[in-house]
Amino acid sequence: MLNKNEEKNLHNNQPETAPKNQSSFYFFPFLITFIVMFGIWMLLSGKFDPFHLSLGFISCAIVAFLSSDLLFPSPILKGKLTVFLRWLCYLPWLTIELYKANIHLVYLSLHPRMMDLIDPRIIKFKSTLDSELGLVTFANSITLTPGTITVNVSSDGDFKVHAIDKACADSLPGEMEIKIAKVFRKV
Amino acid sequence: MDIFVCILLFSGLFFLTAGSIGILRFPDFYSRLHPAGKLDTLGTLLAMLGLALFNLHHFSLGALLTSLKIMLIIIFVFVASPTATHAIVDAGVRAGLAPWTKGEKRR
Amino acid sequence: MDNIFLYSSLYLAFLMVLSLYRAIAGPTVLDRMIGVNAIGSKTTVMLILIGLLYHRVDMFVDICLAYAMLNFIAVLAASRYFHKRKGLSDEI
Repeated sequence: MLNKNEEKNLHNNQPETAPKNQSSFYFFPFLITFIVMFGIWMLLSGKFDPFHLSLGFISCAIVAFLSSDLLFPSPILKGKLTVFLRWLCYLPWLTIELYKANIHLVYLSLHPRMMDLIDPRIIKFKSTLDSELGLVTFANSITLTPGTITVNVSSDGDFKVHAIDKACADSLPGEMEIKIAKVFRKV
Repeated sequence: MDIFVCILLFSGLFFLTAGSIGILRFPDFYSRLHPAGKLDTLGTLLAMLGLALFNLHHFSLGALLTSLKIMLIIIFVFVASPTATHAIVDAGVRAGLAPWTKGEKRR
Repeated sequence: MDNIFLYSSLYLAFLMVLSLYRAIAGPTVLDRMIGVNAIGSKTTVMLILIGLLYHRVDMFVDICLAYAMLNFIAVLAASRYFHKRKGLSDEI
């Protein structure tokens, strides 16, 4: 039984480790990193004569060649674009939520009897998200929205959250996790 | 146009005010982080959006670049502020500060 | 419009004084750090207001970007430093 499990594990691990043994340079991560960096270069320098553009071209190419694996840890780009587009569609919803949460917090902090209204507590729950980027987005969104701050996240999804009153604590994980799971689902 | 800029700027200033008062009034370290992390983010975001809009008044390439830079600052603040809040709260947990609960006296 | 910017930056300076109280009188070191962080995030808005007042936004926006990054890095470094200091709550 144990052997069988081990065999299964080995078999599962193989497709993940296989691409790393090949050469460490991939063209498309390099190209995307280069385009992002060159855009920021043009934005920050604000000069469009050939001399400055060529300087930017050379330095962006060197930096993108050295560190393209920081932006894309795995070279598999399939489905990354749709995830990115769905993440962009998630941002306006987050901004509206941020606005509502802030109105609540303004009400709390300007209320004359604030000490009776707040009831801070630390709650724990387990998230069902599996991708790391999803967990990071979820943790930052928790910090930004309703009276809650992420205290600790582990990589397998255990959250510790400080909530300012009971209503805020009850609203987690709730709708936000469903939205983020929808963004980062497998294509 | 000017009225819209003023509305954005003043709502940003309002949120920043509430953030400062919240930092003064809340009873302990963990609950003080709530106004510091959230209200300051939204206040900065709204005020800077208003200023970027005002900067486009006389439209030119330089003005457009400056407004795009202000948008870059907004995106940076939007990502960095929750991370900074998380770093501070993590330091507090590791140093062993106990959170305030209802009924204790304020610190 | 210039008057509006002048008075809003004066008002921001007043808000900074309020946050400075927390940075001076905060019972623990981490409370002081919250105060410093709040002052920094107000400064980023104030720098752009100053740029609009002097009609040199293109210069001040770079300073503002650098200041936002420095503020973030300062908070990260300081909170890493105070990880190991046990018993912060005794400092009251």
